[in-house]
Amino acid sequence: MSNMRDPLATARGLGSAKDGVNHWWMQRVTAVALLVLSPWFIYFSVSLIGADHFTVRSAIANPLNATLLLSFVIAIFWHARLGLQVVIEDYIHGWQEITLQLIIKFAYAIAAIASILAIGRIVFSA
Amino acid sequence: MAARQRPLSPHLDIYKKQITSVLSIFHRATGVVLAIGALFLAAWLVCVASDAECFAWCQQLLASWFGKLALFAFSASMVYHLLNGIRHLLWDIGWGMEIETVVKTGYLVIFLSVVLTALLWFVALRGGAL
Repeated sequence: MSNMRDPLATARGLGSAKDGVNHWWMQRVTAVALLVLSPWFIYFSVSLIGADHFTVRSAIANPLNATLLLSFVIAIFWHARLGLQVVIEDYIHGWQEITLQLIIKFAYAIAAIASILAIGRIVFSA
Repeated sequence: MAARQRPLSPHLDIYKKQITSVLSIFHRATGVVLAIGALFLAAWLVCVASDAECFAWCQQLLASWFGKLALFAFSASMVYHLLNGIRHLLWDIGWGMEIETVVKTGYLVIFLSVVLTALLWFVALRGGAL
């Protein structure tokens, strides 16, 4: 039984999840973002070793640092969620898989929202 | 649907360890470590935003031997995952797929990970003054 469907039509159908290559692509986009943001984050963290509460808050409240930290936090939680999803797909099956996938989705969304609010609070109360 | 025992391909422990497979497994493992560590980063940020007590408690935990060990695992994972991630992105654009290049860049990633993590911790343990 040969497939008479035009390959482009199949591609336009975007597969069974109707998601196409979005997961794959966003994993790469966030990876490129983290390629730049992670070295900055390491530098920023090391520069804050031994700093007191006020110094840490002032450093985070700095407009440039706040922007970069916010970008880093969004990119890392997005990238982590996409990555963990694939790991779970590979090793866990059945109802445990669905449950864990949902837990991961919620946990990383909440972690991202909590981080964004925390940075916002630090910035706007500085 | 009745689950039928179907033949499986030989499992991981059958194969000889090779730099390609070992680094791939390592990429995934460090990714999981970083994903878990990221949750602690969120908790730390919430603590910094809340009050001095919570912050002091966090810093005390991070300064303990357990905290330092966790930070070491997190930072070493980040350095490795970042460097090996560059390899993955280069493969995505079709560069470095020849087996000799894959082996060479693999060893380069191991070498750079060790050097950069050591450098990072040398600076960090000196007190972080860059």
